[in-house]
Amino acid sequence: MARTARRLLGICCSTLLAASLSGCSAALLDPHGPIGAQEKLILIDSTAIMLAIVIPVIIATLAFAWWYRAGNPRARRLPDWDYSGRIEFVVWAIPALVILFLGGIAWLSSHELDPPKAIESSVTPLDIDVVSLNWKWLFIYPDAGIASVNKLVLPVATPVRFHMTSATVMNSFFIPQLGSQVYTMAGMATKLNLMVDDPGIYRGLSAQFSGEGFSDMTFEVRAVAGQDFEQWLDSARTGGGTLDAAAYETLTQPSVNEAPHTYGTVTGGIFEAILMHPGAAPSAAQIEHSDSAD
Amino acid sequence: MLGKLTWAAIPFDQPIPLVTSIVVVCGILAILALVTVKGWWTYLWREWFASTDHKRIGVMYVALGLVMLIRGFADALMMRGQLALAQGGAPGFLPPEHYDQIFSAHGTIMIFFVAMPFVIGLMNFAVPLQLGVRDVAFPVLNSVSFWLTASGVLLVNLSLFIGEFAKTGWLAYPPLSELAYSPGVGVDYSLWSLQISGLGTLLTGINFTTTILKMRTHGMSYLRMPIFCWTSLAANLLIVAAFPILTATFALLLLDRYVGFHFFTDDLGGNAVMYINLIWCWGHPEVYILILPCFGVFSEVIATFSGKPLFGYHSMVVATMAICVLSFLVWLHHFFTMGASADVNGFFGIMTMIIAVPTGVKVFNWLFTMYGGSIRFTVPIYWTIGFMVTFTLGGMTGVLLSIPPADFVLHNSLFLIAHFHNVIIGGVVFGFMAGYNYWFPKAFGFTLDETLGKAIFWCWFIGFYLAFMPLYMLGLMGATRRMQHYADPSWQPYMIAAFCGAALIFAGIGLTVIQLAWSIRTRERRRDLTGDPWNGRTLEWGTASPPPSWNYAVEPHVHGIDAFWAVKTKNKELHKVAESRYEADHKPHYESIHMPKRSATGFVTAFFAVLLGFGLIWHIWWLVIVAVIACIGVLLRQAWDMDRDLSITAEELEEFDRRHPSLGSQR
Amino acid sequence: MSGGANVAVLDAQGKPIPLSQRGPASTWSMISFGFWLFLLSDIVIFSALFATYAVLSKSTAGGPSGSDIFDLRSVFIETCCLLASSFTCGLMLIAAERRRLQNFYMWAAVTWVLGACFIGLEVTEFSDFVARGFGPTHSAFLSAFFTLVGTHGCHVSSGLLWLLVMVAQVATLGLRTTVVRRLFCFSLFWHALDLVWIGVFTIVYLGSVHV
Repeated sequence: MARTARRLLGICCSTLLAASLSGCSAALLDPHGPIGAQEKLILIDSTAIMLAIVIPVIIATLAFAWWYRAGNPRARRLPDWDYSGRIEFVVWAIPALVILFLGGIAWLSSHELDPPKAIESSVTPLDIDVVSLNWKWLFIYPDAGIASVNKLVLPVATPVRFHMTSATVMNSFFIPQLGSQVYTMAGMATKLNLMVDDPGIYRGLSAQFSGEGFSDMTFEVRAVAGQDFEQWLDSARTGGGTLDAAAYETLTQPSVNEAPHTYGTVTGGIFEAILMHPGAAPSAAQIEHSDSAD
Repeated sequence: MLGKLTWAAIPFDQPIPLVTSIVVVCGILAILALVTVKGWWTYLWREWFASTDHKRIGVMYVALGLVMLIRGFADALMMRGQLALAQGGAPGFLPPEHYDQIFSAHGTIMIFFVAMPFVIGLMNFAVPLQLGVRDVAFPVLNSVSFWLTASGVLLVNLSLFIGEFAKTGWLAYPPLSELAYSPGVGVDYSLWSLQISGLGTLLTGINFTTTILKMRTHGMSYLRMPIFCWTSLAANLLIVAAFPILTATFALLLLDRYVGFHFFTDDLGGNAVMYINLIWCWGHPEVYILILPCFGVFSEVIATFSGKPLFGYHSMVVATMAICVLSFLVWLHHFFTMGASADVNGFFGIMTMIIAVPTGVKVFNWLFTMYGGSIRFTVPIYWTIGFMVTFTLGGMTGVLLSIPPADFVLHNSLFLIAHFHNVIIGGVVFGFMAGYNYWFPKAFGFTLDETLGKAIFWCWFIGFYLAFMPLYMLGLMGATRRMQHYADPSWQPYMIAAFCGAALIFAGIGLTVIQLAWSIRTRERRRDLTGDPWNGRTLEWGTASPPPSWNYAVEPHVHGIDAFWAVKTKNKELHKVAESRYEADHKPHYESIHMPKRSATGFVTAFFAVLLGFGLIWHIWWLVIVAVIACIGVLLRQAWDMDRDLSITAEELEEFDRRHPSLGSQR
Repeated sequence: MSGGANVAVLDAQGKPIPLSQRGPASTWSMISFGFWLFLLSDIVIFSALFATYAVLSKSTAGGPSGSDIFDLRSVFIETCCLLASSFTCGLMLIAAERRRLQNFYMWAAVTWVLGACFIGLEVTEFSDFVARGFGPTHSAFLSAFFTLVGTHGCHVSSGLLWLLVMVAQVATLGLRTTVVRRLFCFSLFWHALDLVWIGVFTIVYLGSVHV
């Protein structure tokens, strides 16, 4: 019995060890954009600050428990000691000071890293409209007039302004290696600003459970250099397909693991129409109406 | 005739629920047969089901919680098993529609039907004893509360056999939980069972707040109450203030689902974020409803086994009440990522952190309670030290999550899952286990097996770290919660480790059952005849174990904190420890008392509540009408019942005291 | 339970015992306190509904807003009925405490009729809205309106039912302490509903005027 338990423990420990060795690629600790990099810094700094208190407390707990065990003849007993104003002051002051400090970090960083806040850069930002559907992502590039499904192509070193909504239940738009996630919600527009520094392929996902196809509601993020991005836009434009009311209606049908594809043209105002008419796919007339209202 | 209910509701095509159903039904039939053959029904009914004794009700809550712990943990094992397998293209063994029900049921069951019965059970058992009184303020209502909780339990378990459970997560966020996206009965099962058990919880809150504020024994001013009573008071105040919000929120969602209202729908002006706000206005206080009484347990345990009064009692009281108030000001930290402004996020982030101050103070006070003590390493103290280590880490990750930009990347990740299991297992479960081992001898007159108790602790303690440290790591790797499968093969080793941890915890749960059975079998040699096996400090240790239904033949007079300790210290000088418990210097004056009779009201109400819930879930309207009329009938019968008390004579009390010489009669 | 909570105010040495140390309170005080807590929890439910109404009151989804449909004159009469019934409820309680059976029946009847008038007017208002096509399924605003006002109406209706039960209790059990205590709780309930209604009248009906 004991031997089996020990063997099991051994297996578990070696698994853990193997896991931690292979786990150097933790996405949040390996950011590829300024937002993610700052958030990583906050994670590490605040953990370090707190560990400075937490580790001594844990050690003290174990040490006190051991030293004051009933069988220790050397321990000095104070059976009636239940108050010390000085200690009380210190035990209120230590957590209060730490929290004062961390509270400052929280307040400043909430403003600094507020998702709708524009990223400072000399490059003109790129606008992308994001719509979460069952169970796929639609990305509209309004200036280029193209759209893609389940595939997000971004130019490097360019601030990206995401305008997001949902055609269905709530989802959360999240690219771990770029930083902040923000919810997509029907009838509401949320904003998120991100930037990617290095070319590469990153994982994007929905971080909010959205039903049966949720686990496959991932998308590929391809970060490319400026001219490659222009090239991709051109190839998408010539690739055909139109995102109009009918095509969008088709998209709203639930599907899982839909292969990435693009639309060469996009009917103007479709994102605004989706936003304005939550609960059902907007009609052609509604799309036209919101386009002219723009 | 049967509304939406058809044969299709029985999961004939799904082997896992079907086999589980058959096994459970056979198990229940076997138990019923055994009880019938042995002729235990009368005993069970008179002494337990219809009992209005707070101690019996407390024990039933704990038993209910233990049974549901096994159910909820089976869900956990299935989830962890699925994720240990479903890597790359592998589908695992649970299809999404089943997996989604399992994680929803796991959350609902563990919070509402395991953690809540555990803490309410401990409060039921210990609070009146600690206050030195004979019962709670409203004993029959207390029985109603318990049985309504049991109704909720029954409905949740029925969903396994008849129909389905919610596939929305435990809090049933709209619009996913709206009819448009969840047309089945799963969400209705979840909502109605929680409405029914939630009413029971609210009544408990009213009952215990009244008990603690209005029913303390002579001399017990607020600042002489044992700390567990203080934390229970805080928890019950939170119940009274928070549970109505849950009731209202679920009612609005039910109106959407049943009669087509538009509170949280996508269309016609509905506002799902309103639901998220309301549910967390309940949800955050709820975690303090669970953890505060456990803080109280740890305080009692650490003082008792250190042989010292609690360090900084007043500080503890202030910290408890501060947490109680602050818990209502932090709800938005559950959705920093829903587009609130930076000012709002910053404010709620800071409020959340401020809660860490009183909590930190508590940890330091426990630390200094040990300082200069003489610590006996019993099972409850194992859980307490395990808690102090584990909870400190969980609190740290909690503060980390309260920094909005950190939450922007950790929200909904497995890091979050690890965090709240860290505080709920490390805090609530450890606290319950400490309290269970601590008060068990008081409830039954014999102790639980210590060796097995320590083995259980190590299973949970190591199992917890093995199961949840990998999840912290996975969260940092960008793994999100509620996924049924994943693509990245480098996550699998962590998932397997987490499964092993869960299996180890499950072994601990199995050992808990064995510990109970073994301790009952060997009870004769572990009897405690003194009523005070731990050298306790508070009043409950001054009466017999198990205490008589009236708790105290003479209501004790107290003159300070740790009232029983004071009596013992005083009497040690007089060399009369065994002879006098309450008042050393005069023979108690016995008076006849009135105790509430047993009452069928709770059980019968709950029976009709189950029918009501079932009718509502399946749209069987005649059943709903019948059940409502029956419930009103029970209420009216209760209203006309003028003969509720049982008189106990002074002679009976004196006789009991004589048979239990520890009980303080002077002769 | 043991009494004597408010009897012995002095201890053996003749020193006054502080209120918090006098032992368990009387049954009456415990029940009324418990009932207060219940009312507080009920008011929390209403707070949630008020908050929901406040958030959704502009979400008319192209349908009518409050100022388009409310008939303040009828609501004013409703309010008068309910406030008057609170007054007569007080008189009913005084009669019960003085064990004046005839007066009790009379004031109970008046209270009941006034409460029923309130409910009658509310039902008329609701059915009028539904008939004009402004039912609760029409928009989030109307859902919130019907739910908030309707929940209060449900409370008043159950109060009417309770009052009937109390009259039956007085008729069968007489004005014994237990029954008077329940009447006391009933009157607390009835006054609390008044309080909630003042909130409804101010926020829902008068609030719509300025929109």
